[in-house]
Amino acid sequence: MLAAIYALIACGYVLVYRVSRVLNLAHGELMMLGAYALMLTAAQFTTYWPAAIAAAVGLSLLTGVLVYLFLMRKMTGEMVLAAVLTTVALGILLRGVMVLVWSAQQQYPAQALGVANTSIALPGGARISFFSALLILTTLLVYGALLSFLRFGRWGIRMRAAGQSPLLAAQRGINLHAVYALAWGLSTLTGALAGILIALDSGLDQTMAIIGLKAFPAALVGGLDSLVGALAGSLIVASAEVLLIHYVDPLLSEVVPFLVLIAMLVVRPWGLFGTREELDRV
Amino acid sequence: MSRRPRASGYFRTGYAQDLKLVETRTERWSLSAFLMALLAFPFFASPFQLDLANQVFLASIGALALMLLTGYAGQISLGHAGLLAAGAFTAGILFKEMNAPVWVTLPAATIAGALLGVVFGLPSLRLRGLYLAVSTLALHFLVVYLGGEYEARRGFSTGIVIDAPKLGGWTISGGRTWYFILGAFAGATLLLCLNLLRSGTGRAWAAIHAKETVAEALGIGVAAHKLLAFVISSALTALAGALFAYYRGFVSVEAFSLFLTIQYVAMIIIGGMGSLLGAILGAVFVTLFPYAIEAAIGALPGAQRYAGSLFAVNYAAFGVVMILFLVLEPLGLVGVWKRIQTYFLLWPFKHRPMPGSRR
Repeated sequence: MLAAIYALIACGYVLVYRVSRVLNLAHGELMMLGAYALMLTAAQFTTYWPAAIAAAVGLSLLTGVLVYLFLMRKMTGEMVLAAVLTTVALGILLRGVMVLVWSAQQQYPAQALGVANTSIALPGGARISFFSALLILTTLLVYGALLSFLRFGRWGIRMRAAGQSPLLAAQRGINLHAVYALAWGLSTLTGALAGILIALDSGLDQTMAIIGLKAFPAALVGGLDSLVGALAGSLIVASAEVLLIHYVDPLLSEVVPFLVLIAMLVVRPWGLFGTREELDRV
Repeated sequence: MSRRPRASGYFRTGYAQDLKLVETRTERWSLSAFLMALLAFPFFASPFQLDLANQVFLASIGALALMLLTGYAGQISLGHAGLLAAGAFTAGILFKEMNAPVWVTLPAATIAGALLGVVFGLPSLRLRGLYLAVSTLALHFLVVYLGGEYEARRGFSTGIVIDAPKLGGWTISGGRTWYFILGAFAGATLLLCLNLLRSGTGRAWAAIHAKETVAEALGIGVAAHKLLAFVISSALTALAGALFAYYRGFVSVEAFSLFLTIQYVAMIIIGGMGSLLGAILGAVFVTLFPYAIEAAIGALPGAQRYAGSLFAVNYAAFGVVMILFLVLEPLGLVGVWKRIQTYFLLWPFKHRPMPGSRR
């Protein structure tokens, strides 16, 4: 369950990093924005909840593209630190705006949509809530779709090309800005999906951005430019977190992902499945 | 530190002149006038203004330390709040557990900071750029967790209360006393940084910043100097953290969130990378910014209605300002200042002569 959440969020980090070499630290906030977008659409589509979710996801795709077009496009070619800090600033801005618009109180979009979060009995006696099941299913679907898209889709191949060598890609007639915008859009979309499903399952408030930040070690452990790695990294981080909370100390929950991260950075900084050459060693 | 040549005919004719920090008569005059103003300020200012000034001093120490590390040595760190927390908690814990006096806790906090600096700096020997930033970020979470754990275990769940420090029979309290103490600390930090950067260490940092391989080839111990940058910066930061703890009389992990790190990074970005003046300008700007926003909102009609959302407005406005600086003025406030200077130096011409062309 936790692994599915992390995996769904982590693939957003991976998408943007793989294509444009920018680490998007505003991902948690963008994810939260997606969840709040659901609150917005929930008011419109009160009768049919999948339509509300679809509309919210569509909105967040648009947001991602807009963020790139109006903000990150200006930062291409700048220092890496400057670009990362821009995303940080964007995150702060979004958080402020979201508190202003939707207030800091916890909200339950599931109630607004009128969907009951029924629990489903699994074989083996475990129970799982409907939205958790949906979340795991979505994660699997998203990963399947993304992997095949990057492998076979025309735009997917373009994205991989742009990630490998922007200069050569541009010379072969690939519209880099369009590719980057698409990557941002897709990344925000997957993030929003995660945000929406978490919100449906356990309510929505300002702490959601922290989950987004905690998913980032998962992306890094797996290797920042590898989708499969993100999946594996999420599994590792999530199981480490659950085990340590269970056996050592519940307060650890906040730090475990970062502990794993430090361990990984010491041993194998480029991640489990990441490409190695980009990190020039001293 | 390379200083730009002056417009008028001032030439250095000896090494002694090259070493001077204050060169011309005008500089000496303006500097002493500024110092006089700083000394006179607390006798005219309201307690609120004094508090602001003290916060600026505290922020300047931290910002200067971060500037040494990021602006000069080129090592990106996102763990600044963690180091501040380490300093504050060292002071707080020593005070609580052993009732240690201030002349023990402050050096202890500094030493703790230096040790942590080694820990924070170790990844830098292997990692660069983004990955280094991420590893310091992870260490920040670790330090804050340890602080929170201490609070929870010892039952200070809301925070540690620290009494006003005593030196001999003299208790340090009151805004005016703190103003002079914090001001002295900030001034000492500035002098230390200025002289460090002129020394071999500073030059080695600049070389590492520019190109590590070349620095190594020039015979500079890259690893040692990187670690040294982390150690000095962290020690200063921890000192600032301990001073902060004493000044507030209170330590709590909530104060040292990721947002604090971002604020410090914003200070050196907004102020201008690679400039000590920038660090101070940035510290002033970032510290005063929320109060300016508050005042601006208070001046709007119907101020009461917005009072609840002040925090959020601050957040949003801070994000906007940071984005604007990053996109429009990457050189920061110092960039603006230099442009004004150049404008007047070159007036009535617009551009400086091409390098290498005959005057």
